[in-house]
This record gives sequence, structure tokens and C-alpha cells, in this order.
Amino acid sequence: MIEFTEEQIHRYSRHILLADVGVEGQEKIMNAKVLVVGAGGLGAPVSLYLAAAGVGRIGLVDADIVDISNLQRQVIHFTKDVGTPKVKSAKEKLLAINPDVKVDTYYEFLDSSNALDIIREYDFIVDGTDNFPVKFLINDACVMAGKPFSHGGILRFNGQTFTHLPGTACYRCMFKEPPPPGAVPTCSQAGVLGAIAGMLGTIQAAETLKYFTGVGQLLTNCLLTFDAKTMQFRTVAVRHRDNCPVCGSNPTIDHLIDYEQAVCDLKNHEK
Amino acid sequence: MAKIIVNGEPQEVELPLNLTALIKLNNVEQPDMVSVQVNDEFADRTEWDAIQLKDGDIVDFLYFMGGGQFISICKGCPKKTDF
Repeated sequence: MIEFTEEQIHRYSRHILLADVGVEGQEKIMNAKVLVVGAGGLGAPVSLYLAAAGVGRIGLVDADIVDISNLQRQVIHFTKDVGTPKVKSAKEKLLAINPDVKVDTYYEFLDSSNALDIIREYDFIVDGTDNFPVKFLINDACVMAGKPFSHGGILRFNGQTFTHLPGTACYRCMFKEPPPPGAVPTCSQAGVLGAIAGMLGTIQAAETLKYFTGVGQLLTNCLLTFDAKTMQFRTVAVRHRDNCPVCGSNPTIDHLIDYEQAVCDLKNHEK
Repeated sequence: MAKIIVNGEPQEVELPLNLTALIKLNNVEQPDMVSVQVNDEFADRTEWDAIQLKDGDIVDFLYFMGGGQFISICKGCPKKTDF
């Protein structure tokens, strides 16, 4: 049982006031350990809200440094941070919001060599990455380690997310394997409206807090998608596939895979 | 004519129609970037030609979404964990 200080009771009062959360729920949040993979468009809102909520330990994985083109949507990084490792810039902001939070930084890419070791340290994983090889890696590693995770993807004016708990549909139940490297959207088809990252990331943060407090129903066995052009939200039912190559009853994938992916280089993009 | 539901919207289509033809009919920009479900069941890409649609089928196109940009995977970047 955590002894709340006066300041903590005050800080978390809007959670404690919620009948579904209360002191018990806040304590669960403060005991939570969450890994956020990607300190970018999705990782920014996710980690900001988790830190504000008082999540006890937040791990951040990102090997990038802040670029000026990130600032349009990655709201955890400021103009002064350009050139700084994203995990360093993000950690500063999280501690400024809430000094009670412990922040671990991993200034490296998540790949088959480190994924399981890093993931094992945490209770819940948030996928805030921008590429398919890592999305499949996070999925497979979480399934293998029996960890719940939140998937997030954004593109143009659209977003999608689902939550995986052991036994429910995984990313490979919906998307069997990464798209062929030549098939990823070209630059003219890519891009993203900055606020879309905030819309999706806050949904992921809410799912994370719901997971720890046990409130409501999680986005399991379904894929939530939205189109901000029309503001239509849709939930597509998705089943756990018994023949899923990683979470099915006879999995064919028994080790982590580092997929390759083609690169969309804006500098060489013909307008 | 048959009525099917595509991404939650009713559509009238002429049968026979297989999944590959339906994808074309719906002008899916990059079929490689879509995963398809028919009546909540995952439809493997290798079976799209063989799957014949029937009246009342519910089809969902699930799109691959990353993060709006695609970065290279750098293996030789410095590793630091203490800031």
C-alpha cells in the first residue's frame, strides 16, 4: 500500500474523484511499469499523459535525434531540442511534469537482439513506432513474453489502434506479415496531419490507464480506425486466428525477425 | 445483383465476384497495403482470387498504417541509456 502524500492526493485528485479509479486505481497506476517504443508522434502524447497520470516507471526506446521536421506533431520536443536524442528530450519533459515518475531511456533501436530483454522489464508495452518491421517485432516479442500491448498506426488523416492481451487477437491475426518493401506508400501518399498523432496517442494512453485500473472494456479483438476528414470512428471485429503464425495453436514463428523496409526519402522525392 | 457490406457501407455488386475483383472495384490504391476480412475471418492474400463473394457478405479492408514516414533502420547507432 502506497502512503499518499498531501501533494500526491492533490496532484491526482481528479483521478481519485473518479468512482471507477479512486485511491486504489491511482495506486495501481503508480505501481505500473510501461514501455513506450518510439518517442515521436505517438510516444509524445502517450508518455506525457502517462507521466501526468503518475505511472511509476516509464521506459522510452528511440534511437533518433530530434529533427525540425518532427516538431509539427511530436509535441514533447521543443525547438531548442533539435539535435538532441529524443529519449533525452522526452525524459526532461516527463520529469518536469511529474518528478515522481522514474524514466528509463534506451537510446537504441529495438531489434531482435534486445527486444525481449527490454520488454520483460515492463507490465504493458505501447507501440508508438513508425515502421512495420518494428511493429511486427513488438507484436511477436509481446506474444512470446506474454505481455499486453497497445498497437498504434497513423497515416495522412487516419489512425488505427487495438489492444492485445495474451489470448486475444494480435497484429499478425489482422496483418499476417509486413507489406513487401516495395509496397510501402511513396512520399506523395504518406505524410500525416500533426493532430492525428495526438488523437491516436491519447487513445493509447487511455487504454493503458484502463488496463491498469481495470476500468471498462479494452480494444481487444477489434481494430478501432478513424478518418479525421469525416471524424468517423469505426470498430472492426477481429478474431484471434487459431492458425496465426505467432499466437495460434501451432506457431511457425519461434524467434524474433528483423524485417527490412524500403525508405521514403523526402529529399529525393519528386513533387 | 447482390448486396454486400464493405467497410460498413452497403454496396450492390454483380456476381460472380471474387475478392481480387472487389478490391479493384473499390479502387484500393495499393492492394499490397491492405489486409482483408470476410465475415470477420482473415482472408489470406494467396486466396483472394479463389474467394467468391455472396449476398450478405461483410468485407473489411484493414490498411497498414505506420507513422506517416518511413525511416531507415540504422544498426550502427550509438547506444546510451543514461541521460
